[in-house]
Amino acid sequence: MQFISYLINGLGLGSVYAIIALGYTMVYGIAKMLNFAHGDVIMIGAYIAFFAIMNFGLPLIPAVLLAILACTVLGVVIERLAYKPLRQAPSLAVLITAIGVSYFLQNGAQLLWSSSTKVFPAVLPSGSLQIGDLSVSWLTLITIIVCVLVMAVLTLFISRTKTGRAMRACSEDKGAATLMGINVNFIISVTFAIGSGLAAIASVLLCSTYPSVYPTLGSMPGIKAFTAAVFGGIGSIPGAFLGGLLLGIIEILAKAYISTQLSDAIVFAVLIIVLLIKPTGLLGRKLSEKV
Amino acid sequence: MKNQNFMSKAVAAMMAAAMGASLVACAAPAASAPAASSEPAVEAQAEESGSSEAAGGVIKIGGSGPLTGGAAVYGNAVKAAAELAVAEINAKGGQQYELHFEDDAHDPEKAVSAYGALKDWGMQVSLATVTSAPGAAVAPMYQEDHIFAITPSGSSLAVIYQDPDNATGAYGNVFQMCFTDPNQGVASADYLAAHTDLGSKVAVIYKNDDNYSSGIFTKFKAEAEEKGLEIVYEGTFDDSNASDFSVQLTKAQSEGADIVYLPIYYDPASLILTQASQMGYAPTFFGVDGMDGILTLEGFDTSLAEGVYLLTPFSADATDDLTVNFVKNYQDKVGGEIPNQFAADAYDCVYAIAQAVDAAGVTADMSASEICDAITAQFTSMTFNGLTGENVTWAETGEVSKSPKAVVIKDGAYVGVED
Amino acid sequence: MTKDKKGLSALFSAKYRGRTASYTLVILAYIILEVMRASGNLSSLFTSLLVPVTCYIVAAIGLNLNVGISGELNLGQAGFMSIGAFTGICVSGRLAASVPAVPRLILAMIAGALLASLFGFIIGVPVLKLQGDYLAIVTLAFGQIIKSLITNMYLGFDENGFQFSFVENTCKLVPGGKMLLNGPMGATGTQRIATFTVGVILVLVALVIVYNLMYSKSGRAIMAARDNRIAAELIGINISATKMLAFVVSAGLAGAAGAMYGLNYSTLVPNKYDFNTSILILVYVVLGGLGNMTGTIISTVVLVLLPELLRSLQDYRMLIYAIVLIVIMLLTNNEWVRTRIKLLQKSLSGGRKASAGKEDGKEAA
Repeated sequence: MQFISYLINGLGLGSVYAIIALGYTMVYGIAKMLNFAHGDVIMIGAYIAFFAIMNFGLPLIPAVLLAILACTVLGVVIERLAYKPLRQAPSLAVLITAIGVSYFLQNGAQLLWSSSTKVFPAVLPSGSLQIGDLSVSWLTLITIIVCVLVMAVLTLFISRTKTGRAMRACSEDKGAATLMGINVNFIISVTFAIGSGLAAIASVLLCSTYPSVYPTLGSMPGIKAFTAAVFGGIGSIPGAFLGGLLLGIIEILAKAYISTQLSDAIVFAVLIIVLLIKPTGLLGRKLSEKV
Repeated sequence: MKNQNFMSKAVAAMMAAAMGASLVACAAPAASAPAASSEPAVEAQAEESGSSEAAGGVIKIGGSGPLTGGAAVYGNAVKAAAELAVAEINAKGGQQYELHFEDDAHDPEKAVSAYGALKDWGMQVSLATVTSAPGAAVAPMYQEDHIFAITPSGSSLAVIYQDPDNATGAYGNVFQMCFTDPNQGVASADYLAAHTDLGSKVAVIYKNDDNYSSGIFTKFKAEAEEKGLEIVYEGTFDDSNASDFSVQLTKAQSEGADIVYLPIYYDPASLILTQASQMGYAPTFFGVDGMDGILTLEGFDTSLAEGVYLLTPFSADATDDLTVNFVKNYQDKVGGEIPNQFAADAYDCVYAIAQAVDAAGVTADMSASEICDAITAQFTSMTFNGLTGENVTWAETGEVSKSPKAVVIKDGAYVGVED
Repeated sequence: MTKDKKGLSALFSAKYRGRTASYTLVILAYIILEVMRASGNLSSLFTSLLVPVTCYIVAAIGLNLNVGISGELNLGQAGFMSIGAFTGICVSGRLAASVPAVPRLILAMIAGALLASLFGFIIGVPVLKLQGDYLAIVTLAFGQIIKSLITNMYLGFDENGFQFSFVENTCKLVPGGKMLLNGPMGATGTQRIATFTVGVILVLVALVIVYNLMYSKSGRAIMAARDNRIAAELIGINISATKMLAFVVSAGLAGAAGAMYGLNYSTLVPNKYDFNTSILILVYVVLGGLGNMTGTIISTVVLVLLPELLRSLQDYRMLIYAIVLIVIMLLTNNEWVRTRIKLLQKSLSGGRKASAGKEDGKEAA
C-alpha cells in the first residue's frame, strides 16, 4: 500500500518535471539550443502568480492566466533580445548567453522582490482523497491531471494545426521550411512562447505542492527537467512526458527504499545507464548524420 | 569554424584590454591599504560628518555575508540590522562607527576575497561572516592579522576552533553571538528527554549537506542515545531535493514517530509543516533557532505552525521595549519585513562591540591589532544584555554562553514554556 | 578538410606563435604581480585571488582540451576538481606532520591529478561512446554523482590509522584524531600551503602538456574529427584512444587544480563543486575562445576579477555581471562589430602579412 502511495507521489512530482521538460524539449527540437534560463522563467511565473493572488486578490484562474501571459511575453522577449541575434553563432555562444540570462533573471528577481522566501498561498484544494487505505492528496491528483491535459493539448496542437505542422517542419529542416514559405523566426518565437507559457503552469503546480517562492527557485527543477528531457530523448514531446514521469518516480522510490542521502546519485546513475543502452534517450530518434 | 576563430580573436582582444585595465585597478586601492590596516584611518575622519569630530574619528566595522544567491536572505538581514545598530549608536553621539558590508555569496572563496576587500578598506573590527563555511575559511586570517571578529550567526565550531574535531586550538579573537551547533543539539535532546509528555518516539529530518543542520543533528543523536531517547527515523534532504518531503514524512509516520525534530531553517520547515498537514500527519514538531522566522514568512498560514516547539534566543513578538523598538525600526528600514534571529544577533553584535569599545576606552586612532587586544579582554570579562539574551558572557574560546529558551507557538505567537 | 590542408604549411609558425604568447603572458604576469606584491603595491583583495585564479586557469585549460580540441561539451569538470581537491586535502592532512609544505603540496597535487585521471578514465569509457548533448548530460550526471558521493564520505585519521564510513558517520576517533573528510561539512582545519608560485608553475606545466597533445599527430587527428567526424572516419582516422587520452588529461589537470584550490583555504565543502562551478569554468573556456589557450587564460583572469571589481556596486554586482556576459556574447557574434574589429586589426597589423591573421586563427579553430 505504501508502495502505491509512493508511486502516486512520484507521479505527482514527475508531472511537474514533465511540464517543465516539455518546454526544454520543444525549444531544443526547433531552435537546437539548451535554454538554461527556462528554470528561471518558472521562478518569474511563480512570483507573478504570487503577487496576483496576494496583492491584487485575483482568484486562481485569472492569476494563472496572468502568469502565463507574463511568462509568454518574457520568453519571447528573451528570445528576441538574447537568442535571435545569435542564430548563426556557434551553439556554445548561445548556451553561455542562456546562462547569462539565467543569472540576470535570478539577480533581477532578488533586487525587485528581495531574497526572502514567500509562501505561495494554498489556492488549490487541499486535503486528500481516501480510497480504502490509500490516501492521495488532491494536489497530486490535480497535478497529474493537468499534466496529462497539457500533454494532450500540445500533441493535438503539434499534429493538427497549421502552426504545429510548421513547427515540425522547422525541427526537421529549417532551410527547407523556409523554402516552403514558413516564417522560421516566427515559429521559433511561437515555440518560446508556448514553452514559457507551460513554465508558468508548471510554476503554479510546483508552488502549490511546495509553497516556497524565492529567486533561485527554478534552478533545481530546471536541471531535473533538463535531465528528464534528455532521459526521454531530447526533442521528443512524448519523450519529455515519459522522462519527466519516470524521473519523478525514480527519485521518490530511491528516497523511500534506498537512501534519502543518495537519491540524487541514483537518479543520475539511472540516467547514465539508460543513455548507454539507448544513446538518444528512451524515445529519441537516431539521427543519421549527413556527410 | 571561421566564425569561432574570429570570435575567439575578438574576445581575446577585448579581454586583453580588460585585463590591462584590471591590473591597473588592482594596484589602485593598494595605495591606501597598508596605511589603513596598520595605522588609523585618518582620511576617513575628515570625510565623516561633523558629529564624529567630537568623538575623535570613526571606528571601521567590516562584515561579509551572502547578499546574492540562495542564502541571500540571511546576509541581507544581518546587513540591515547591523546598519540599524550603527546608525542608532552614532545618533547617541559617543564613539562613531562606520559599517561596510561585503557580499560573499555563502562561498568560502568569495568570503576570503571579501575579507581582502574589507582589509583594503581599512577594517578595524569585524562582524566576521554570516554563514559557517565562509566563517571557517576566514577565521585563521583574523588570527593572523590580529583583527577582532564576532560572528552573528556562524554557528559551526570550525568558526572559532582551528581543530573543530577536538574543539581545541581556539583562535581566541573570533567570537560568536549565536549558540554553537553542538550546544543546540545537546539542549534539544535534554529538553525532549526531560519532557516525555511531548512524545517518546523521535523522527529527525535534517539537511545533510548543510553544516548547521548536520552539526546540530550529530550532537543531538549522541546526546539522545545517552539520555535514552528513541530515534525511530532519520531522514535527510539536500539542496537538490529540498522541496519534496513526502517520503520522509510518510516514513516518520509509519515508524510511529510522535515527535519530529527539525534542526533546519524555517523555509524548508514551512514546506514540511505544509506537506505534513496535507497528508494528515500531526506529530509534535520541535525546531531549533533556525525555525525562528516561520511565523513571519510572507504568505505562510501560521495555523500550520500551531503547537510547534522551538529553542530560540529571540522572538520578534516579545513585548519588552528593546525588542519592540528594534522590530519597529527594522521594519521601517527594510520596508516591512519582520526581523529574524540573524538580524537580532547582528544587532546585538554591534552593540556588544560598542559596549566593549567604550569599556576599554578604545579610540578610532588605534590600530586594528591594538583594538583587538583591548576588546578581546573586554569580551571575555564583560556581561552583555541584548535582544538575544540577558547576562550573556563569552568564554576565552569565543563561545557564547546564553541559554536557549524553549517556546511553543500558540495562536500564531511564541509562548514561553516552563522548564 | 580542405582548410586543414591549406593550413599545413602555415602550421609551424602558427604553432609556435600560440605557445610563445601563452608562456610569455603567464611569466610576465607572474613577474609583474610578484614585484607588485613584494613592493606592497598589491591590495589584499587581489593577493587573495592569486591562487584561485591559477586553479581556475588550469581547470579551464583542461576543459578547453575537451570542449575546444575534442569538441565534446563537458558539464562535469567541477566533479574532477572535487576529486582532486579532497584527495589533495587528505594526502596533505595525512602527511602534515612529516613532510614540509611545498613537497607536500606537490605530492597532494600529483595524488589529486592521478585519482581524478583514474576517474576520468572510468567515466570516459561510457561517456565517449555518446555524442553531442547526450554526452554533455552524462558528464553533468557524473558531476552530480561525484558531489553526492563525496557529500556522504567520512574519513578520519588518528594514531590507530584510517577510519572510513559512508552515508553515516561511524568514525570513532581517539582524542587528537582528525576528520579529513567530514561528509557534508567537507574538510575543515586544512593547512593552507598553496602558493602563487607553485600555482603559476602548474599553469605552465598544464600548457606544456596541452600544447604537446594538441600538436601531436593524434592531436591533429582529433581536431580533424571534431571538424568533420564522418570525413575523418572515412579516411581511416581512429581517434577513440586519443580522445580518451584528452579526456583523462583534462580530468587530471582539473584534479591538480582542485588539490591546489583545496589547500588554499582552511575549509572546503563538497557543495562548492556543483553544476554552477562546472558552468563557470565552461564560460571561461567559451569566452576565451575554443581551442585558444591564451584566450582561456585571459578570460579566466578577467571573469574572476570582474565580480570583485564590481564590489562597489553592492547589490547590483551580479546583475551587472550577467549583463556583461550577455553583451559580450552578443557583441562578439555580431556581424557589424566583427567587421569593425577585422578592419581595426588589419590597420593595426599593417606591416604584417594579411595571411598572418588567418594562420593565427588556425590555432583557435
